[in-house]
Amino acid sequence: MFDFSIITSWVHGLLTSWMPEGLAIFLECVIVGVCLLLMYAVIAIVMIFMERKVCAAFQCRLGPMRVGPWGTVQVFCDVIKMLTKEIIAIRHSDRFLYNLAPYIVILASVLAFACLPVSRGLEILDFNVGVFFLMAASSIGVVGILLAGWSSNNKYSLIGAMRSGAQMISYELSIGLSILTIVVLTDTMQFSEIVERQADGWFLFKGHLPALIAFVIYLIAGNAEVNRGPFDLPEAESELTAGYHTEYSGMHFGLFYVAEFVNLFIISGVAATIFLGGWMPLHIPGWEGFNTVMDYIPGFVWFFAKAFFVVWLLMWIKWTFPRLRIDQILTLEWKYLVPIGLVNLLLMVIVVVFKLHF
Amino acid sequence: MSYVKGLFHGTGTLLTGLKVTFKEFFTPKVTEQYPENRATLKMYDRYCGELTMPHDAEGHNKCIACGLCQTNCPNGTIRLVTEMVTDPATGKAKKRLVRYEYDLGSCMFCHLCVNGCPTGAIRFTTKFEHAVFTREKLVKQLNR
Repeated sequence: MFDFSIITSWVHGLLTSWMPEGLAIFLECVIVGVCLLLMYAVIAIVMIFMERKVCAAFQCRLGPMRVGPWGTVQVFCDVIKMLTKEIIAIRHSDRFLYNLAPYIVILASVLAFACLPVSRGLEILDFNVGVFFLMAASSIGVVGILLAGWSSNNKYSLIGAMRSGAQMISYELSIGLSILTIVVLTDTMQFSEIVERQADGWFLFKGHLPALIAFVIYLIAGNAEVNRGPFDLPEAESELTAGYHTEYSGMHFGLFYVAEFVNLFIISGVAATIFLGGWMPLHIPGWEGFNTVMDYIPGFVWFFAKAFFVVWLLMWIKWTFPRLRIDQILTLEWKYLVPIGLVNLLLMVIVVVFKLHF
Repeated sequence: MSYVKGLFHGTGTLLTGLKVTFKEFFTPKVTEQYPENRATLKMYDRYCGELTMPHDAEGHNKCIACGLCQTNCPNGTIRLVTEMVTDPATGKAKKRLVRYEYDLGSCMFCHLCVNGCPTGAIRFTTKFEHAVFTREKLVKQLNR
């Protein structure tokens, strides 16, 4: 397995050899930030393309096919269109909050995105309470959505934002519980460490039943957390025009849109990291030849393959089920997912205490 | 008890839905990519493209010039020019078709002419590429 810290330490050594260390670290931070935003944009584009294709396939269509081979250039054209559109200032809106809201959403998204360990030695934010930080950072997003709804001076936006607030804050709990189940199993919150512990088997297999339940709960709650799928109440097209981003246009709308898709990727990436072993290759005990072949596939390929597989699962859910009502959503969360999550946490504690896991 | 039952029942029905869409994901797609697939494009049999009058090998059609199609047409799309001739076999006067004019531009493809025709002399084909530059070109003579 290739270790990316060789490259990063080589860059660090190169920079410190002809400039003071403080400047070198500052420069590295800038480079990392630029790379992060670049990857963010690329993943957003890939996700939007994938969404359109997968959605089309589930509806027995082909999806975009005209612009570029298999419609691959379509999303780039859409991005350019979005960039050139006018950002309209709404009369009687709270101008400052109105302009601030999309940046808060995107900030939360980028912060959470930076936590994902892509490959060995390719972690940007990696410290001992990484899981905690990720959850804290990703829940800043709800503030942005609430602000967007509040400042738009539009009742649909406000209703959408309020629904979003109720939904995201409730489902945060289920996500927390299901992640906590895995933290009980790993006894660490550091993402790189969590991935390391899965070298001899992914947690989905190691933790067997409680891990599987936690995985399902995580997928449901994660889908609700990014306001997608059967839980897209905040932007319920048929009722609220577009929910909290009704009044936004141009790139401000684009930021919401991009953040929504990358949030979906982040949810999937975290699922891949804590349940499916992150960048760890698939190892089957006893099959030495198979394991060595798997080791030759680089870590980031494993990570992205797993993450996009989970994205596909979530899209499958999204394009299968009709939208829930707000009371049904809250019933599902408070009467089903939270109690099951708590019992599951207890089950995992029992499994860990009596060493019933693999 | 009903809580647990409802939970499992709900999960079961959700899985049924997922199974349906999963199958749909892998079925061949129905999208037609029109200009590229012109060579292989097969329209549905019941598609109404344009009115035609089939002729047999000797160039005869089945039209008896009764004018039912002309009177049935809500839009005045069809215009028949007829003449009276004496049938040499029986010696009786008989109507004969001279021109059968069909204006594609005002046709609304309702099938009333085809349904009313007593001899099945006219029918719709699935040809649908009708674009021309002037309206006059849409007026067609169907008989030969």
